[in-house]
Amino acid sequence: MEQHIAVQMQNITKTFGQVLANHNVSIDIRKGEILSLLGENGSGKTTLMNMLSGIYYPDAGKIFVNGEPAVIRSPGDAFAYGIGMIHQHFKLVDVFTAVENVVLGLRGRDANLKLATKKICEICEKYGFEIDPGQKVYNMSVSQKQTLEIIKVLYRGADILILDEPTAVLTPQETERLFHVIRNMKKAGKAIVIITHKLHEVLSVSDRVAILRRGEYVDTVETKDANVQSLTEMMVGKRVVLDIERPAAAHTERRIEVKNLTVVRSDGVQLLDRVSFTANSGEILGIAGISGCGQKELLESIAGLQKVSSETSILYSAPKADAPVELVGKDPKAIRDMGITLSFVPEDRLGMGLVGSMGMTDNMMLKNYRQGRTPFMERKEPRALAEKIKEDLEVATPGINIPVRRLSGGNVQKVLVGREIAAAPTVLMTAYAVRGLDIHTSYTIYHLLNEQKQAGVAVIYVGEDLDVLLELCDRILILCSGRVSGIVDGRTATKEEVGMLMTHLQKGDGSDAV
Amino acid sequence: MQYETGKKSALNQKKHREPFLRIAKRDSMPFFQSWGIRIAAVLLSLVVCAVVIYAITKMNPLKVYGAMLQGAFGSKRKIWITIRDTMSLLCIGVALAPAFKMRFWNIGAEGQVLVGGIATAACMIYLGDVLPTPILFVVMIVASCLAGALWGVVPAVFKSRWGTNETLFTLMMNYVAIQITSYCVSLWENPPGSNYVGVINPQTKAGWLPSLFGQQYMLNVILVLALAVGMFIYLRSTKHGYEISVVGQSENTARYAGINVGKVFVRTMLISGAVAGFTGFIAVSGSSHTISVNTAGGRGFTAIIVAWMAKFNTMTMIVISLLLIFLEKGANEIASRFNLNDYASQIITGIILFFIIGSEFFINYQMILRGKNKEVA
Repeated sequence: MEQHIAVQMQNITKTFGQVLANHNVSIDIRKGEILSLLGENGSGKTTLMNMLSGIYYPDAGKIFVNGEPAVIRSPGDAFAYGIGMIHQHFKLVDVFTAVENVVLGLRGRDANLKLATKKICEICEKYGFEIDPGQKVYNMSVSQKQTLEIIKVLYRGADILILDEPTAVLTPQETERLFHVIRNMKKAGKAIVIITHKLHEVLSVSDRVAILRRGEYVDTVETKDANVQSLTEMMVGKRVVLDIERPAAAHTERRIEVKNLTVVRSDGVQLLDRVSFTANSGEILGIAGISGCGQKELLESIAGLQKVSSETSILYSAPKADAPVELVGKDPKAIRDMGITLSFVPEDRLGMGLVGSMGMTDNMMLKNYRQGRTPFMERKEPRALAEKIKEDLEVATPGINIPVRRLSGGNVQKVLVGREIAAAPTVLMTAYAVRGLDIHTSYTIYHLLNEQKQAGVAVIYVGEDLDVLLELCDRILILCSGRVSGIVDGRTATKEEVGMLMTHLQKGDGSDAV
Repeated sequence: MQYETGKKSALNQKKHREPFLRIAKRDSMPFFQSWGIRIAAVLLSLVVCAVVIYAITKMNPLKVYGAMLQGAFGSKRKIWITIRDTMSLLCIGVALAPAFKMRFWNIGAEGQVLVGGIATAACMIYLGDVLPTPILFVVMIVASCLAGALWGVVPAVFKSRWGTNETLFTLMMNYVAIQITSYCVSLWENPPGSNYVGVINPQTKAGWLPSLFGQQYMLNVILVLALAVGMFIYLRSTKHGYEISVVGQSENTARYAGINVGKVFVRTMLISGAVAGFTGFIAVSGSSHTISVNTAGGRGFTAIIVAWMAKFNTMTMIVISLLLIFLEKGANEIASRFNLNDYASQIITGIILFFIIGSEFFINYQMILRGKNKEVA
């Protein structure tokens, strides 16, 4: 089979200040092929593709499109070359309809809404999309918005499509549908690049895999010759054990007992409905569910950040204490003043868990800056802690006083998790602790959680990857639209069972089953 | 973020040309280099001003600059007036620093200064001959701070309780303060019918800040500089200062850390308002010895520029305040000496400020010309 090269990138180098984002990277993108661009966080995948789509301009190196040297200075130039990128964060106008978004920025015949609607329907038919051109964007689901972004790019005549972590926001079913569409586009002769770090997706959808590591090009391999282990090793640069341990839960005792947790939003929508469960010391309690069905509110209720309705009771039993204490109605400071250390790794790391503009040191004292009697800050201990976390967790930062928002996602999470564990908690709650993290960092986090479990901490792990939940957790609580649809044993439950519970409520209310 | 720009050209014509000029964000710069750029900006602005001055007035620009210098520093008296006004501008900047650091847009400093001034004047008029001097000063300071704090805390309470917009609220409080000042002026006018309060206690000088080392305004300088240093330490090294930074960055993070956001709003605005009120005390007791709607003289707004240009660092504010007051005095001087109207001198001030603010761009970004690609092989 003859393969035509669509894009050739030769010796591309790009620096941001002193950071080398890409160094001498050369890759080929072929027509009628799906290429996966694989690499850890901060390995330069997105930067490389941004240079193809006109967002950045390379410091050195050449780009050839269809064999001709190309200079891409803006997204407009990229479109002229038939290159279109679907970004991780959608760039759509919420109050416009699908078709209005598609023609946005175009002129003349291209911007005619009637013609555009017709053409969009043709595109949909050709590749197997489903979309209503008249639907407003704010009424769309995440997957529909993504479909719209792809149509937008195809409408502008792109032959080379770049998708930046397209599956990060999709459910398994939506992902399958997306892959179906991508395969159709491949059949139509388009060149497709998928940026990802989910290995099983790489293996199932792509033809070739190009691997980057710390901004440098490692190799390109045929997918059929690769497996999870070989790809991981190329990506990380060393052998990684891809098994999550699950030490037996020992010395379990009741730590948190939640009864009838109900949260009603100000507009009357019930986010959590009589949720009851217990979290025990020395075990990891997983919480599964489709995103946005109450996980965030559940953790924030325990942490004292969420207003709960009056029937709720959240009892905390300290180790070796006689009577449990009620946490409802107490804010985080009041809980801490009672001598209870609840650690919480929230979903929004920089918007809630950390202060982006502050360095590691100042972030270390976020929860205990009140220590000491004088009105002045004591920065010595936090500085030592920051140094220790930087050492122990291998945080890649130029210095502990560099604002943490300038670190990559994985390093931000290491700072946050490191601080929360350093507080020596009795309860550790994590929300999507590995979202957006590469495989190496993810396993570091799993390992840390297991360590905490063995140290007798009650760990609550809200996750989205069912495989991981089933491998890591002792018990899994499944939420379905704000209610407990089941609590299963992580060692015996199957993926199908949990998947079913995520979408269907069982009969009867899901009171604590274990 | 990084932006790539370049002269727009039809793609098919100049397909293979690299962009002529690219802009890239740079890493932080050494202290001396960034101040070098700022000083270069000032020098460059003087050159541009010279061209403009010559084009408009056909006068020797060097003479005009000389006049500006003389206007601000031409005599001992002028120097001291420049210092006095610098201190009052600085004091308001210091007042704004904690509020702005908290991302609480207090644009009501003008009103907070005025009410502080009214409180001071009232003490001087009603208590000047009653209380012994030390107690009188304590009462004046406490009264002015309380009045300013009251003016600052009302918008903060409303924001923390009901989420009102502090920008509009503090702005409106200015007008209330101006009306109250007008009322007090007509209440206290002296001589009657003049619509002026006139100098208060001209004979006894009760409630006038005393001279120090033979200098009338020395005490102003010491008090305000002490406040600036104090605020610098407060924001940088205290637990309150830390809370202010966290609240300013993200209210969610603050709640997560167990900080009572509403309480921090109220407490910080009490301080901000109190310092602004204290500026009113300095203005009335320490310099004009009278009160009018012009006691704040728009400095409450100018101080917003000072606070921003100094990035809320009260030490940097000293330099910025001095610069702005120098420009103001210089502009006034050339306007009167060369019979120019106000606008001509304001053009000069505008050009200089434009260059100084514009220089921040060159501190944060670098330009890369075509062909200057770094070969990192």
